[in-house]
Amino acid sequence: MSNRTTNLLVPVLAVVLGLLVGAIIMWVSGYDAIAGYAALWDGIFGDLYRVGETIRQITPYILAGLAVAFAFRAGLFNIGVEGQLIVGWFAAAYVGVAVELPKVIHLPLAILAAAAAGALWGFIPGLLKAKFHVHEVIVTIMMNYIALHVVNALIEVVTGGSERTERIFPSASLRSPFLEALTDYSRLHYGIIVALIMVVVMWFILDKTTTGFELKSVGFNQHASQYAGMKVDRNIILAMVISGAFAGIGGAMEALGTFEYVSSKGGFTGIGFDGIAVALLGMNTPIGVVLGATLFGSLKYGALNMPNAANIPVEIVGIVTAIIIYFVAASYVIRLLIERAARKKEAK
Amino acid sequence: MAKRKFGLGLSLLLASSTLLAACGEEETPEVAGDTGDEPTEEEVFSVAMVTDVGGIDDKSFNQSAWEGIQRFGEDNNLEQGDGGFDYLQSASDADYNTNLNNLIRRGFDLVFGIGFLMEGAVAEIAQQQPEAQLAIIDAVVEEPNVASVLFKEQEGAFLAGVAAALMTETGKVGFVGGMEIPVIERFEAGFRAGVEAANPDVEVDVQYTGAFDKAELGKTTANRMYSAGADIIFHAAGATGNGVFTEAKERKEQDPDANVWVIGVDADQYDQGAVGDTNVTLTSVLKRVDNAVYDISTMAMNGEFPGGETIVYGLEDEGVALADSRGAITEDVLAQIEEFKQQIVAGEITVPETVE
Repeated sequence: MSNRTTNLLVPVLAVVLGLLVGAIIMWVSGYDAIAGYAALWDGIFGDLYRVGETIRQITPYILAGLAVAFAFRAGLFNIGVEGQLIVGWFAAAYVGVAVELPKVIHLPLAILAAAAAGALWGFIPGLLKAKFHVHEVIVTIMMNYIALHVVNALIEVVTGGSERTERIFPSASLRSPFLEALTDYSRLHYGIIVALIMVVVMWFILDKTTTGFELKSVGFNQHASQYAGMKVDRNIILAMVISGAFAGIGGAMEALGTFEYVSSKGGFTGIGFDGIAVALLGMNTPIGVVLGATLFGSLKYGALNMPNAANIPVEIVGIVTAIIIYFVAASYVIRLLIERAARKKEAK
Repeated sequence: MAKRKFGLGLSLLLASSTLLAACGEEETPEVAGDTGDEPTEEEVFSVAMVTDVGGIDDKSFNQSAWEGIQRFGEDNNLEQGDGGFDYLQSASDADYNTNLNNLIRRGFDLVFGIGFLMEGAVAEIAQQQPEAQLAIIDAVVEEPNVASVLFKEQEGAFLAGVAAALMTETGKVGFVGGMEIPVIERFEAGFRAGVEAANPDVEVDVQYTGAFDKAELGKTTANRMYSAGADIIFHAAGATGNGVFTEAKERKEQDPDANVWVIGVDADQYDQGAVGDTNVTLTSVLKRVDNAVYDISTMAMNGEFPGGETIVYGLEDEGVALADSRGAITEDVLAQIEEFKQQIVAGEITVPETVE
């Protein structure tokens, strides 16, 4: 089997397998799997509105995925994307309602504020890791809870006791009447462009700058990097800060695009946690993250249509989408096995 | 290199799906035409609702609303599905808009947003779809095509407070809230006022869990309260409150003589509290979301949709009430509760909406 066919075959097989197992689960539970998948397909691509909403859903996933992937490349496991995203969401919404400025200043300012808030939330675990060797997984998980409750409290403070801020001024909004009109009033906003720019930014930092080289080097081997004269501490902090900034911008997408406000949350948004899977699906590369986010976002959004059009309960839908993602993730195992088998043949 | 080719493979896959999608788009006008045909079947009135993250089996708020819609459907010979009645459940707050839109696009004549959390989404959709008729429970959306429904939760909770204050043996009662939002604060304020009015010496332990869908949090909170000496806990926490019941039931199972009680919320939660032959449910503060949903649906069906108006249901019109205690509350206490109720209905007592 040539390398090219394997490369095409593996992901296709994985998706087909995932769909099959998902179908079996629907059938066993007494639901029409074909109608279910038709609804899923329709929910993603059915009409312009849905396409717009799907892209909207993909946007924060790209940024959450980038955040996880970036830290991962520097050998750090940033589980705190969720928290960084929440503080970014708040910061952007706050800037959006607190001042009114010309759009050219206001919008970038709001996004920068979100990036700064996320960066700060990444800086703390980075600092603790670099200076005191506190494991970043523990710190970032805890920082998630701190973010959730601090933001809930801050919303109360800035709104004077309410649980939701006012809508942001239009000058800070990412929404676009043009995109909305194009997609039949979906909430599609310019955030997708911001997200794609960030994909390029991540690629540029990692592959085109000395800093990126150092970050990756630290990720491969801290001791060797230190021996080579790199400042490992500085790089760890920097990686977490940049990672946090990506996550913060992800929050800004929700604050300035999807919702245009921030409200008290009873629990995590889940975007940050899904970001881990997005990054790993995308093998921690910028392009891979876009693909992973596309898969995640499409399934997440399309799945909403399954109870709507095919009467399949949300619980079953959750299982089916999870299985599809699971098989795509497991496709790397399939690939590994095929490659290993091929290598053995060559050795003989 | 291998990575890049894999990426290429995936992007080809995606590209092909986009192309296929583009083919599908041509059908869209037809679909739009279908919804346009709606007025031809004039006699049929259809209604649907979107739940918040709780779901229609939350044994509380969303469930009550769904029961109202089902009852409306049965009484008007509707079937579940298009052109009849239906619901959609939201998995996160980003889903509200889509779910509301989905139902409107399926041609439902009236779509309910259940719960305060959907305020923003309902407002937005109402502006985008000025032709649609929407209603929201527990929040006010000032749009001409939205009917807002509020409840005087504080009045029902007041009676629960009276019951708790008069029934407690330890002199300590608890309140477990979900998120600190106005609706829940009305429950708290009413409960506190009721306790205060019936017996000022009784202490009220108030705790907010910050979530409506975390039973485990409800359980730990209840555990702490019972351990600290409270014997009656009133919960206004949706599915989180199910954990309060679990804790009370576990205590009752271990020790049948344990003096633990729960006051349920929204729906009659008597079934929730069953432990063998006994029951830990003292009573429930009924919030007749079902009646409200039924009312508004009926009005809309008769062409009297109260768009742009805010309708408030209280003790007076049985929008809120105490559930049958099935003997858990003694006769003389029931008599006192009735007295307070009459005073509230007569306007002699005004129950505060917020905690001072």
